[in-house]
Amino acid sequence: MMFNAPETQKMNANVAPVSIPDPASVALPKTFQTVRTPDPEPRQVRVHAKDVSVFYGPKQALFDVSIDIPEKAVTAFIGPSGCGKSTFLRCLNRMNDTIEGARVSGTIQLDGEDLYDPKLDVVELRARIGMVFQKPNPFPKTIFENVAYGPRIHGLATSKTDLEQIVVESLQKASLFNEVKDRLHEVGTGLSGGQQQRLCIARAIAVSPEVILMDEPCSALDPIATAKIEELIDELRANYTIVIVTHSMQQAARVSQRTAFFHLGILVEEGPTEMMFTSPAEKRTQDYITGRFG
Amino acid sequence: MTVSAVSSPKSSAAASSPNRSRIQASLKRRRGAETRFRFYGIASVTIAIGFVLFLFGTILHDGVPAFWQPVVKVDVTFDPAVIKVEPKPVQQPDQSPAAFQRANLDWQRKVSLLNWNRIVENSVRAEAPDIQMTPRDIQAMISQNERYRLRNMFIENPDLLGKTVPVELLASANVDVWLKGDIDRSIASDRQQLPEAARTLADRFYEDGRIRMAFASVLFTNTDSRNAPAEAGLLGAFIGSLYMMIIVIVLAVPVGVASAIYLEEFAPKNRLTDLIEVNINNLAAVPSIVFGLLGAAVFINYFHLPLSAPLAGGLVLSLMTLPTVIIATRAALRAVPPSLRQAALGLGASRTQTVFHHVLPVTYPGILTATIIGVAQAIGETAPLLLIGMNAFVTSLPVSPLDQSTALPVQIFLWEGNENRNYFEPKTAAAIIILLTVMLALNAIAIVLRSRFERRA
Amino acid sequence: MNSLVVAALLLLLLAASYQIGLSRSRAVAGSSTLKMHSRPNYHGMMVALWCLVPALAILLVWFFVGDDVVRTYTLSLLPPEVVNGDATQLRDALRRVEQISTGYGVVGDAQPYENAAGQSLHEFRLLTFWATVAVAAGLGIIGLLVMRARIAPRLRARNEFEAVVKVLLAICSGIAILTTVGIIASLLREALHFFSFISPMDFFFGTVWAPRFSATAGGDYGQYGLLPLLWGTIMVSTIAMLVAIPLGLMSAIYLAEYAPRKVRAFAKPAIEILAGIPSIIYGFFALVTLGPALAALGGMIGVPIRATSALTAGIAMGIMIIPFVSSLSDDIITQVPGAMRDGSLGMGATKSETIRRVVLPAALPGIVGAFLLAVSKAFGETMIVVLAAGNAPILRFNPFEATSTVTVSIVNQLTGDTNFASPQSLVAFALGLTLFAMTLCLNVIALYVVRKYREQYE
Repeated sequence: MMFNAPETQKMNANVAPVSIPDPASVALPKTFQTVRTPDPEPRQVRVHAKDVSVFYGPKQALFDVSIDIPEKAVTAFIGPSGCGKSTFLRCLNRMNDTIEGARVSGTIQLDGEDLYDPKLDVVELRARIGMVFQKPNPFPKTIFENVAYGPRIHGLATSKTDLEQIVVESLQKASLFNEVKDRLHEVGTGLSGGQQQRLCIARAIAVSPEVILMDEPCSALDPIATAKIEELIDELRANYTIVIVTHSMQQAARVSQRTAFFHLGILVEEGPTEMMFTSPAEKRTQDYITGRFG
Repeated sequence: MTVSAVSSPKSSAAASSPNRSRIQASLKRRRGAETRFRFYGIASVTIAIGFVLFLFGTILHDGVPAFWQPVVKVDVTFDPAVIKVEPKPVQQPDQSPAAFQRANLDWQRKVSLLNWNRIVENSVRAEAPDIQMTPRDIQAMISQNERYRLRNMFIENPDLLGKTVPVELLASANVDVWLKGDIDRSIASDRQQLPEAARTLADRFYEDGRIRMAFASVLFTNTDSRNAPAEAGLLGAFIGSLYMMIIVIVLAVPVGVASAIYLEEFAPKNRLTDLIEVNINNLAAVPSIVFGLLGAAVFINYFHLPLSAPLAGGLVLSLMTLPTVIIATRAALRAVPPSLRQAALGLGASRTQTVFHHVLPVTYPGILTATIIGVAQAIGETAPLLLIGMNAFVTSLPVSPLDQSTALPVQIFLWEGNENRNYFEPKTAAAIIILLTVMLALNAIAIVLRSRFERRA
Repeated sequence: MNSLVVAALLLLLLAASYQIGLSRSRAVAGSSTLKMHSRPNYHGMMVALWCLVPALAILLVWFFVGDDVVRTYTLSLLPPEVVNGDATQLRDALRRVEQISTGYGVVGDAQPYENAAGQSLHEFRLLTFWATVAVAAGLGIIGLLVMRARIAPRLRARNEFEAVVKVLLAICSGIAILTTVGIIASLLREALHFFSFISPMDFFFGTVWAPRFSATAGGDYGQYGLLPLLWGTIMVSTIAMLVAIPLGLMSAIYLAEYAPRKVRAFAKPAIEILAGIPSIIYGFFALVTLGPALAALGGMIGVPIRATSALTAGIAMGIMIIPFVSSLSDDIITQVPGAMRDGSLGMGATKSETIRRVVLPAALPGIVGAFLLAVSKAFGETMIVVLAAGNAPILRFNPFEATSTVTVSIVNQLTGDTNFASPQSLVAFALGLTLFAMTLCLNVIALYVVRKYREQYE
């Protein structure tokens, strides 16, 4: 392996000039203005992002994204693959920190607190902004231990009964409890895909986050499991601020109140979901939702 | 609950939530645990790399001085008063080769019976006439076999009779130890390895330059020697190792690659091949000494291969290296994308053609690296060779893989056990440096070849 | 010279037969209206095979039985009183005849019968050699002609050739099995032989290891209790594991989870260098540097530590095994899916919490397998303990004292002595069998665990 790495890099360097130029690096849209349409009745803003750019090494993946994410609503990020929507989502709880060479500029605030303040502890931040991933990723532990993991590491439960209560409540909130109540001490990886994903949501809920980020939570699931998750998201909206990245425009239309359209690393347009899917202001949004490209 | 001092919360509403204050309260402890865990990791890596450096440091520190050894420059007179012998025989026309050889050997035996020690003694004595020296003192100073070198010079060139020529004679191991300070100079005279007069003489010669530190080429040109440790070299062991290496390359590599191809590309997937798979993986983890036992029982005791010969050693090492080659080749074959096979099969190539024309060439770099790692491992192996008698004391060069020989690591083992530790410790370290250099060179070759292969592919 | 002739003959046959097959195939193709099934080179290779295999078979037979035939013939040339006489005298006579037959001559006067025998032997040699060559060449040519006649458009020469290749490949993969069979058979055979001298009870449960040297006659072979050696092996391996497991595992964790790419690129190969160093070098290091240092350390803190002790050998062995543990663990840790880490980090777990509570439990089976393989390596390690453990096969529990192990005793009992009739050297096989059984169990369990683990994440 060690001999391989430089070789591959060299090959890439040789290949780069003949390949098609990376669109993101050509169309540097410094002056581009996101088209914004406010909600008819304004909501409280929880997360406020301003001029967020993300670089992976020398490559820029996101260009000056500014967006406000409202409370107790579902905000959907849509766009063709590689448009930067997941990248932006990961910025919101600093998961990009775990990627070597990733760099974030601009400001993101949660209730007015700068998320990238060096004094802020990322551990605390991620407890407040939970995340659900594309592929269900339960830990190779029992269902109970999966949900209890967060409360345990953060020291949220004061007693054993307290912990059990948190686990049961979280499973109930994730509409999973009835299906698994008899087998809480079986391995979580033995569940079906949809159940696993709901387990992951229960796991995220268990630390009572304020915001839940979902990165294409249904992309690995069948339609029935997807419907259940969508139903769950709709229920959760009452208590949490939810941001969901999705590949499916129908899903965005079904579950979200606001939609943001990303393309080539820029935020093209954002507005109320209904408006975005009926009368978008931008031609590119129009083209995307009508299936001209994607 | 006390409000923790960590990161002042700005939003009072959020801070009041009990979860947040609990998390904040735990942060300091968790960060501490994080730092400690990380520290253990760094410490482990540092210690491990420290061991590497320490090991190499020790060996270099011990071994590098042994690449130089003292030689004494003297004028040697081939004194006819001492060398009393008839002229060297020449082959007569009517003489059979056997008879001529006999005559020649007779002459050489006569030459050998001469007192060559006296020649050495006289030349050294002439260099320092003022010091009282017994013959024993001088013998202690000059390496034992140097007299044979003078004898051989004479056998080669009988015209030297009566002439005086400057010769650099190898100093004995004890002089080496004395001059390099590998022995405590303050211990009592009667417990020193070198007699008083020889010590004085060595010091004086060293100061006036008649003893100089010459490159210890004997390490590379001589075989092991018991009575003249200063002349002990590694050539025999090196050639033994070379034979074994060749045998391993010739046997283990083709057989290993062939079996990997069969198992990966042709064999039906059933219980038998499953068993073979487990068997090969297990074989790779069988202790090397067990292979030695196999060699002793089968190759030596049953097939009566010669004891201490590189042939038996090479066979044992080949069997030991075989699983390594098979496993690595299989991994390389498995890494070839199925699309390549499908492309070839889709064009109507047979399975054999697909494998040999398309799949196998892609895996050459992997096989090559594995081969060299396997071979390097094999030539560093000691234990199994001890069981098939390769720790025999051999002073002759092995001409064929059927001759008695030793191997580099075994030679290291033998020197390590030598009673003259003051002298043999640095020498062992020097042998280790040579062994490591050989292995390093092999790995360097692997890297070069590999990158060349990959560029072409 | 003879082998050169044979080699030249074989090469000639190879080239000629291949060429003949090739041109015959082309000729058939040219004259026939049917499309050839196989390309000409496959016909060529099949002809070459049909030609070489019989020729080689004959030569091989001669290689194995030739010497016996010549010897029998030579014996028949000698006068009966020499043949039935003294063994050394007979050997001498045979050598002299041999020398006369090669024209080298002998020292002293040759007996008339010697000259006659030498002359006959010379002729016999020449005759048999050329006869063999002729038979080999003849059979080869017959094979060649038969195969040449078979060449036809519908002949599936390629399939035939590929079948031969496949059989050859299969034979090669049989060698690995043969090796295992050979190991088990030879160990069992000689160990059973040993147990005919010493009862297995005394061997497996004896607490005293005191084999007499074979010189002592009178049926008293000494005592062969395995337990002191087994205990020494376990003690040294335990010390080695205490060194290697924490350091190796923590290094692997650091390199896999924490280290920046540049550090990893440097540190991983640097640690793996330790794995490439032959164990004899660790033995030297233990004997020359580590042992005296430990003894000095013991002197400082008032604990008597011998320079060659279980501790010295164990630590040196531990250092040797660090890279083994670390690279196996590294492989296994990096196989844990990244999604698992993200899941934990995304909830606000710190990195160390993620590693200890999610990654390591997930990797546990694999890591246990790696540890078992490391233990098996420690059991079988020989040179370090031979040099640094002090060779004292006594059942005692102080790691600061000299000890001995199973492997050390194998080396001691068998080195330089291949008298397979005495229990003194046969015991090495009983010890080897014990060692093989122990490591086999560990390996099979470890390999099974690791394999299951891999399948889980594939």
